[in-house]
Amino acid sequence: MAAISRDDVAHLARLARIEMSAEELDHMASELDVILGAVARVQEVAGQDVPPTSHPLPMTNIFRADVVKPSLTNEEALSGAPAKVEERFKVPQILGEAE
Amino acid sequence: MSSIRLSAAELGAALAKGEITSVELTNQHFDRIAEVDTSVHAFLHLDKEGALAQANSVDAKRAAGEKLGPIAGVPLALKDVLTQKGIPTTCGSKMLEGWRPPYDSGVVTKLKDAGVVILGKTNMDEFAMGSSTENSAYGPTHNPWDLTRIPGGSGGGSSASLAAFEAPLAIGTDTGGSIRQPAAVTGTVGVKPTYGGVSRYGLVAFSSSLDQAGPCARTVLDTALLHEAIAGHDPRDSTSINSPVPQVVAAAKRLDVKGMKIGVVKEISGEGFQAGVRTRFEESLQLLVEAGAEIVEVSCPNFDYALAAYYLIAPSEASSNLARFDSMRYGIRVGDDGNRGAEEVMNLTRQVGFGREVKRRIILGTYALSSGYYDAYYGSAQKVRTLIKRDFEAAFTKADVLVSPTAPTTAFKIGEKSDDPLAMYLNDIATIPVNMAGIGGMSLPCGLAPEDGLPVGFQIMSPVMQDDLMYRVGGTLEAALNSKWGHTLISQIPDLQVR
Repeated sequence: MAAISRDDVAHLARLARIEMSAEELDHMASELDVILGAVARVQEVAGQDVPPTSHPLPMTNIFRADVVKPSLTNEEALSGAPAKVEERFKVPQILGEAE
Repeated sequence: MSSIRLSAAELGAALAKGEITSVELTNQHFDRIAEVDTSVHAFLHLDKEGALAQANSVDAKRAAGEKLGPIAGVPLALKDVLTQKGIPTTCGSKMLEGWRPPYDSGVVTKLKDAGVVILGKTNMDEFAMGSSTENSAYGPTHNPWDLTRIPGGSGGGSSASLAAFEAPLAIGTDTGGSIRQPAAVTGTVGVKPTYGGVSRYGLVAFSSSLDQAGPCARTVLDTALLHEAIAGHDPRDSTSINSPVPQVVAAAKRLDVKGMKIGVVKEISGEGFQAGVRTRFEESLQLLVEAGAEIVEVSCPNFDYALAAYYLIAPSEASSNLARFDSMRYGIRVGDDGNRGAEEVMNLTRQVGFGREVKRRIILGTYALSSGYYDAYYGSAQKVRTLIKRDFEAAFTKADVLVSPTAPTTAFKIGEKSDDPLAMYLNDIATIPVNMAGIGGMSLPCGLAPEDGLPVGFQIMSPVMQDDLMYRVGGTLEAALNSKWGHTLISQIPDLQVR
């Protein structure tokens, strides 16, 4: 049985906010099935007694002094925006129509 | 006479003596790029104006008697994943087409301070995901040794620019081998410093716990000079190590490995590697023995699981990091017709903006992190990471540095593996463990494979913040090889057949 179905990929694509054509979904499902089959072998050695490592360096909570420093101007921060209005990012509607 | 074939160290000396100006040198490199880059396609963007302004400024400072660093005025090619203020930064993706970042990355700040002249931005696999530079949205880069072959990846533009004499220095980034494997297949040198050794500020993130920027050049000494110029603590990167930079330039010049123990990692040095790769690797081991080192075999059994763990951890982190490309604050926006909502526009933008490999990894990472699968996939991969770290710790009690071939094969043909993701992923089998443990890794050329006449890379791995050890061994091996051959490897590259 396949580890991952076309419907699974469609669900994941929705979670990842990527529109996919029917053709893309088919292709992705077959490729991911092969890749997952290969990477699943991590489970062979991942015993319960092994602690996980999320990061190579033993560092936690690096703080800086809470001092105001020069940073990007509004104009600079907006310079790459696909659309802007009145010194703000202009975005498509984010809430549904009034219900 | 053109100086493009000289090393950065030689160029730095010529500049210091006034034999050449930085402006002349910069123009010579732009001339070379104009001559060959239509065939090589190492660069995505050139910044003639900015480069010549920097060159002029360095020349003026030198004329005024100011004390300058060893690579001030020397040109460099910058991988297009690092921000440079006002200069297009695409990461090889349509998603960032036309974006000009409003700030300099930590690496670029250091380069500018060192007087380095940034010629332009180099091609790469989209968002650094790949081993061949074929995943660039702007077309592949060609290997200067054979234009029908790949220059490695993801930093194939940087490695190709060095081998084509378009730049004497380049910057790469290495998440699973993207500096070292391109160096191996182009006969150049590349170093992935200890994680945290070079600032990640302004490095567009792929997998934050693995990504590391580093130096690339045609000699070990040049790589060391660039390493010292870009390394050091940066308070804008919370994972930047706040301790002195290892003395890699002195180590590269030492040319002595007497009494050093060099560990050959059994699991990544034999099975599955091309015959000519193994031949050149073993010859280099012999040279190190003749130079006074002791070779020991070490076993790192969990390295057999490194590739599998990497292709869970890196996509997981990527699925999170690349969520920032939401079409709202920068990058392209698709389908905003006034009727569609933000989510729909986001979905359409990401469909168009991302290429196949990037989508594949985002979906894979989303799966590995999703409820019900997290423990089996991402969780297990993190445990394997612990086991790999322990393997390295045990190995470094038996040897000062560890070695292996950098890549299992020489450069393959463009298109040969582009439809088989798993075959492509195998290119990184020997380089990935270094990233998982955060240690340092170098690749330097150790000859041409007899069967195809293409460069082979020799990998040296050193413990955390002991990057100087790999430079000491690398410098010694390079000198021994050059003395055996009577020339450098890169001097043997065939003349480019420019289209």
